[in-house]
Amino acid sequence: MEKKSFKAWLYLLPAILFLGFFLVYPLIDVFIYSFEEGYNSASQTYYGIGWYNYSYVLHDPYFLQAIKNTFLLVIITVPLSTLLALLISAALSSIKPLRRAFQTIYFLPYVTNTLAVGLVFMILFKKTPYTDGLINLMLAWFGAGPVDFIDGPYWAKMFVLCFYTIWVVMPFKILILTGALASVDQSYYNAARVDGTSRFRIFMRITLPMISPMIFYLVITGFIGAFKAYSDAVALFGTNLNAAGMNTIVGYVYDMLYGEGGGYPSYASAAAILLFIIVLTITCINLLVSRRKVYYGKANN
Amino acid sequence: MKIVLQDLTKTFPGRSKKEPSEVVAVDHFNFEIPDGKLIGLLGPSGCGKSTTLNLLCGLLSPTDGRILFGDEDVTALPPERRGVGMVFQNYALYPHLTVRQNILFPLQNLKGKDKLTKSAMNERAKTAARLVQIEELMERRPAELSGGQQQRVAIARALVKMPRVLLLDEPLSNLDARLRLQTREEIRRIQQETKITTVFVTHDQDEAMSISDLIVVMCKGVVQQIGKPQDVYDDPANLFVAKFLGTPPINVFSGKVCSEQLLIGENAVLTVPDVPDQEVLVGIRPEGFIPTPDGPLCCTFEGVEVMGRDISVVSNHVNSENASIRSIITAETPIDTTAKTIRFSLKPSKVFLFEKESGKRIRFPKAE
Repeated sequence: MEKKSFKAWLYLLPAILFLGFFLVYPLIDVFIYSFEEGYNSASQTYYGIGWYNYSYVLHDPYFLQAIKNTFLLVIITVPLSTLLALLISAALSSIKPLRRAFQTIYFLPYVTNTLAVGLVFMILFKKTPYTDGLINLMLAWFGAGPVDFIDGPYWAKMFVLCFYTIWVVMPFKILILTGALASVDQSYYNAARVDGTSRFRIFMRITLPMISPMIFYLVITGFIGAFKAYSDAVALFGTNLNAAGMNTIVGYVYDMLYGEGGGYPSYASAAAILLFIIVLTITCINLLVSRRKVYYGKANN
Repeated sequence: MKIVLQDLTKTFPGRSKKEPSEVVAVDHFNFEIPDGKLIGLLGPSGCGKSTTLNLLCGLLSPTDGRILFGDEDVTALPPERRGVGMVFQNYALYPHLTVRQNILFPLQNLKGKDKLTKSAMNERAKTAARLVQIEELMERRPAELSGGQQQRVAIARALVKMPRVLLLDEPLSNLDARLRLQTREEIRRIQQETKITTVFVTHDQDEAMSISDLIVVMCKGVVQQIGKPQDVYDDPANLFVAKFLGTPPINVFSGKVCSEQLLIGENAVLTVPDVPDQEVLVGIRPEGFIPTPDGPLCCTFEGVEVMGRDISVVSNHVNSENASIRSIITAETPIDTTAKTIRFSLKPSKVFLFEKESGKRIRFPKAE
């Protein structure tokens, strides 16, 4: 027994060392930083230990704006993108001709560079002295006034950010869901058809439960991904996100470290720890919900 | 419910450019299934029996021909309007639903005037569960059931909507040998209790023979013979049917008929009146051999296998088409196990003649 567990630890050692160095140690370090008040990175000194960094961050209007933006982004994009991906992949698996072509087209955004896509979105949405942008041109057909999506009102900017995020994250979800749909045994559908089940009911009662583990996986990773959003906002609104009022939590952390008003690793650490707590809480809630709603094959309740 | 198949044909298009020829899975199937009978569709893999079943339930639509349930033409009806219950080979029980929910599933699909109240549904589910004896398993999930229990749930789910026709696709192939015996009796009992016309598909001739009222032997999409199991066994229409039915399988010899004498090698083994002279294939059932010291058929003796009540004599003959000849005789018959050769006389009723090329049966009057 002793020997066996020694062997097991030996096999685990490389992974433990690696994770320890690059994950656990930085995490602890960040945690410590976040409590060191008035840390000076040049002299590596600090005045004391306490909650001041947290208090500062939580009272910083930029941070509060970042929290609001991030939550809005999460709440809007995760359910919408998952739902849309589900509909598209269900449609994809029910057509035969050109399925591969469509799959390729839907997957293209995934292999395209974020910033390049951001540029395209700028062209679509940005209002310049010369043109109102393609979207505004189309809005004008319906008699809607030009809206400045990039430098204009908050809701317009939020709309573009959400639109962009959904568009970027969808390919991966579609890929996963078409795979999941294809793996559902055809005989379940045959059985349901012989029993006269309507298509809607087949989808709700058979397809959805069968692929629920995959949906759940996408929701969890979607939440985490959206909470960590940053590059999307930069691609659309440039690096000065605070000025645009479109900063995200990760963006705030970055700004605190390297931004123009940066050089505050303690504040950055506190914000990062707050983000960590938020993501952890949400994921735990997700897991709790899933235990009741998700069917994992075999008997798990 | 009587089922009539008229010229039922199903062809599948060629799969690729490499094999462009279309595949005829079912070729002009004509058959009238009497009401309330249990029919076994029997044949080797790829003979079109499962295709026939899928045509019956409506998951496939025929290329040609008609299907009638009673007097109603259902050829163009979708599966849900045919009133068929189907048990799939892998049972296709919904794994995320309990047994009760699985059985209720078809009932919850009913709409309009057929719609049932909750209590009526539960009542029906309970009746179906009682019929297949799974009442105490209602709250379990399929993964928590044995293969035999899953099979019963699948049958209950097929029966709960009171179908006009029950279809079973290889119902026993996923069960172990002992359970198979038990379950086939069960299927027979359920069919007789419900009196639902039932068609089941199998490649196992034992299974088909033991419980069917009628068996249909198919090969390459073509029906070879239809009849009561014993009749088909005793009077096969061609070499394929003769070879396919029976364990151990029939012994086939090449032989010839010469002036109304059947010759296997040099031995004139049987008088076959009215058969013109020709080369033939001779099929002899294992139970058609009688060891006789001066019998006409002389074989080299290879061994004896004791199987309890019977013994199986393994021997060989230069004209045998099988690797060895197996004959079943009662254990009381004395066999000299040291002998080099063994001589048999034959029971004429267990000897069948077939045309050499086509495998068609050549009948001759049998004097017992």
